[in-house]
Amino acid sequence: MAERYGLVTGVDGNMVSVEFEGDIFQNEVGFILVGDQRLKSEVIRITGKSASLQVFEMTGGIGVGDKVEFSGEMLSVELGPGLLTQIYDGLQNPLPQLAAQCGFFLQRGVYLKPIPDKEWRFTPVAKKGDKVIAGSTLGTVPEGIFSHKIMVPFDLPKGNWVVESIKKEGSYNVRDEIATISDGKGGKRSLSMVFSWPIKRPITAYVERLQPREPLIIQSRPIDTFFPVAKGGTYCIPGPFGAGKTVLQHMTSRNAAVDIVIIAACGERAGEVVETLKEFPELLDPRTGRTLMERTIIVCNTSSMPVAAREASVYTGVTIAEYYRQMGLDVLLLADSTSRWAQAMREMSGRLEEIPGEEAFPAYLESVIASFYERAGLVVLQDGSQGSVTIGGTVSPAGGNFEEPVTQATLKVVGAFHGLSRERSDARKYPAIDPLESWSKYPSPINYDKVEWARDLLFRANEVSQMMKVVGEEGTSLDDYLLYLKGELLDDVYLQQNSYDEIDSACPLDRQVLVFDLLFKVLGSKFKLGSKREARSFINDLRQMFIDWNGTARDDKNFEKYEKEINHLIDEKFIEYERQVAKIVEG
Amino acid sequence: MQKVYTRIDSIAGNVITVRAEGVRNGDLAVVTSAHGESLANVIKLNHDVVSLQVFSGARGISTGDKVRFLGVPMRVSYSDDLLGRIFNGAGKPRDNGPELTENLIEIGGPSVNPAKRIIPRNMIRTGIPMIDLFNTLVESQKLPIFSVSGEPYNEVLARIAMQAEVDLIILGGMGLKYDDYLYFRDTLEESGAKNRTIFFVHTASDPTVECLLVPDISLAVAEQFALDGKKVLVLLTDMTNFADSMKEIAITMEQVPSNRGYPGDLYSSLASRYEKAVDFEGAGSVTILAATTMPGDDVTHPVPDNTGYITEGQFYLRHGRIEPFGSLSRLKQQVNSDTRDDHRALMDGMIKLYASYKEALEKKAMGFQMSEWDEKLLKYGEMFEDKMMDLSVNIPLEEALDLGWKILAACFEPRESGIRSELIQRYWPEELT
Ligand SMILES: Nc1ncnc2c1ncn2[C@@H]1O[C@H](COP(=O)(O)OP(=O)(O)O)[C@@H](O)[C@H]1O
Ligand SMILES: [Mg+2]
Repeated sequence: MAERYGLVTGVDGNMVSVEFEGDIFQNEVGFILVGDQRLKSEVIRITGKSASLQVFEMTGGIGVGDKVEFSGEMLSVELGPGLLTQIYDGLQNPLPQLAAQCGFFLQRGVYLKPIPDKEWRFTPVAKKGDKVIAGSTLGTVPEGIFSHKIMVPFDLPKGNWVVESIKKEGSYNVRDEIATISDGKGGKRSLSMVFSWPIKRPITAYVERLQPREPLIIQSRPIDTFFPVAKGGTYCIPGPFGAGKTVLQHMTSRNAAVDIVIIAACGERAGEVVETLKEFPELLDPRTGRTLMERTIIVCNTSSMPVAAREASVYTGVTIAEYYRQMGLDVLLLADSTSRWAQAMREMSGRLEEIPGEEAFPAYLESVIASFYERAGLVVLQDGSQGSVTIGGTVSPAGGNFEEPVTQATLKVVGAFHGLSRERSDARKYPAIDPLESWSKYPSPINYDKVEWARDLLFRANEVSQMMKVVGEEGTSLDDYLLYLKGELLDDVYLQQNSYDEIDSACPLDRQVLVFDLLFKVLGSKFKLGSKREARSFINDLRQMFIDWNGTARDDKNFEKYEKEINHLIDEKFIEYERQVAKIVEG
Repeated sequence: MQKVYTRIDSIAGNVITVRAEGVRNGDLAVVTSAHGESLANVIKLNHDVVSLQVFSGARGISTGDKVRFLGVPMRVSYSDDLLGRIFNGAGKPRDNGPELTENLIEIGGPSVNPAKRIIPRNMIRTGIPMIDLFNTLVESQKLPIFSVSGEPYNEVLARIAMQAEVDLIILGGMGLKYDDYLYFRDTLEESGAKNRTIFFVHTASDPTVECLLVPDISLAVAEQFALDGKKVLVLLTDMTNFADSMKEIAITMEQVPSNRGYPGDLYSSLASRYEKAVDFEGAGSVTILAATTMPGDDVTHPVPDNTGYITEGQFYLRHGRIEPFGSLSRLKQQVNSDTRDDHRALMDGMIKLYASYKEALEKKAMGFQMSEWDEKLLKYGEMFEDKMMDLSVNIPLEEALDLGWKILAACFEPRESGIRSELIQRYWPEELT
């Protein structure tokens, strides 16, 4: 492709118009030459001999007549060993290395190698003469706690490819040739441990996709018990500002039972990423005994970084997630916030003068959101093993109103919805997940009948609470009043969980089962209580004990004491189970 | 030689276009008209058509006026000579002091690499319990006061600024009423803080484009002082005026509006300013306190809404008090684990009870009989508003914590507080149980 260059003819915000020679293609990466800087950009529209490019950098200083070089490639990420523990910007530029080179500030036009030039201990799996297809394993290298599979690049066309040569066990630079393959028809490829993949194209080198069913435990009581997430599933967390979206994601990134967590900090505060990147190297993951950082990758394009790269960041994240999934691992991608990504699309669409849809979002918003979440999934790989990508995205609806386009488009495609409410966060009832609005299509790891019954109780208690606003406490029966108090208790000691409490912040599944069962007994029983006052006092006592219990470490001597005391208190007033509950308890 | 263009093709709002070559995006130009000289900067290029926003406004500009491009972007002089001085949004003196032209630095520069940031860790004490106890302010935080006109938000800003232990205060005024400008100037002067203060002031009667420049110029200077080791506090008031200036330019440029006429990049534009708040490793810091008035007292209005998504919390100022609901400091947990071990529990516990008080109040308003529990809540709510929320209260955090326990004990039994027994045993005032 000779002589493919262009000249800038206009600049408008982060969009540049270019007149070009030769052929270029949609989504091709181009570089605008400004002084001695090369500014990365992407072709987003072509009409005749002119093209519109979104620039991934600030556009100050660009002038008409500046030269543009086209790269012949779509926006891609590098895949290979060395991705774990990295902190990238939206275009996979490694930020710590950038800081080492440029200091405090981001310098535009500086693009460093995403995967460090490093030697890895390679153990071949494939042999000379083996047949291979895209995604076949050539060998492995130990990357931290994982056996990282070195795979045949996913873009390998169909054909009778066989291994011609493969390196012996030994240490090789990540970019050294480790194998050659040929298709017997003159096609030949030299392979290293690294290859690239265009971020907007899903990786499909698997055999089939399965229905996500296995719970992904994140140690949050309301979520695991009532609104569970499944491995390979999708969920969203919409909520107004300050309702607790980021804190919830942060806790999930620490506590989720997955192999790898990818945090895509998309257009939000830089400070929030800093917490993760300073804390994770210090925190031990009890599941592996290694630091949390060793299972984490951060892709961060925070709110003051260029908008176009923000749009890319979620794709960079999900592509890396798919790559590790291909090794048979469970990967969780946390995107905070998908609304910033949608807004980046809106900004570009406005500059392209496309016909605006609702709230000026482009007409294709829904389909773009749908195809992003479609990249989650539980898959069966060529060797029969399974891998998964789970996607959890926060949504930041304008004005906190869930009727807006991004929330609505997301709700159509996800498997679970954790809606945060302003009312709850104002009252500091964290996590502010609205138990009446939220839902999940995935199975709970806790007894289905019990969970359903408890959820129903929440609705009934809420009805009483609404009634009381009309008829007052005096017009409410003792039974109804107790029902209302039970609803409050379930909320206070189970649905609420303080993220800043050392013990309460993470509740493992076995502990959830224990607490839930005991609480279920309270919720499902009739008690000897003579007056509303007595009922409130009884529930207050229970609440105090549950709160103390929730704050006690499992190996603390008081742990069992509290459990016993609660049982004792219940038994003192216990009459019998409610009818339906008796059936559930007796099985 | 800089070429002078003598033909202005179009004039709309505060934006003019000229046909010119060799011009770069963001470059400065001087527009000379019968009313004198004004700076302008390039905001769009389309072939040889160059769009410029004119800082002092396009009013009275003639198609035959002169435009001279300077070949550099907007810059501001940076040195200790800035201290004690007052400038307008374009960096020109508003006092009678000399114009500063040495050591120019760019404004609106690149953002800090997230990998170079550190976790903020220093509490800023204000003596206001609604802040210190419930929503602690932290050095390098970015935080606006959400309010409506008529509320004393500028007084609160000034009060915090006076109390905070910072090296330098920069006031960025946007659409500031002249009286408020004088208020800030006199307050700082009286307290003896004037020689560590810099003003960049755009008043309500000044040209719109200059309003647009105020945050960038204030923050560029703040950032430099921070890099030189200073703890800088930047006060930006009122950011809604800044957003409205942006809206005005966007409409002139015929951009597709996204929400109530505001441009689609409102979020990014506000964020790139607020994100200048930073704690530099081994150097100083920039803390940003802003005022954001809510048009129609509506927090879902695009300006407060987008702001809330960007800043690290907000203080709701209503009826002269900082409201517990809606007010938030997202950085409080970085510092409130090291203050006193009852701080966090009291902070959450008291607000939860205040929420219950509000419900009881509602019931009362409906004319329902008050139960014993309701009565307790009513008593609590009144004490809380009186002793904690009133802005005349000025006590250190530790006293506020003690006061919190006293209020609880005066109203409730320990197990009604929702606070863990272990803390109750240590802090519940004895004589009252
Ligand atoms: N689970 C929680 N436990 C305790 N405090 C919380 C919790 N979730 C949120 N918060 C409080 O609310 C603040 C805002 O939460 P954040 O997640 O940043 O909100 P959002 O991302 O929705 O804007 C936090 O800084 C913290 O003080
Ligand atoms: Mg957030």
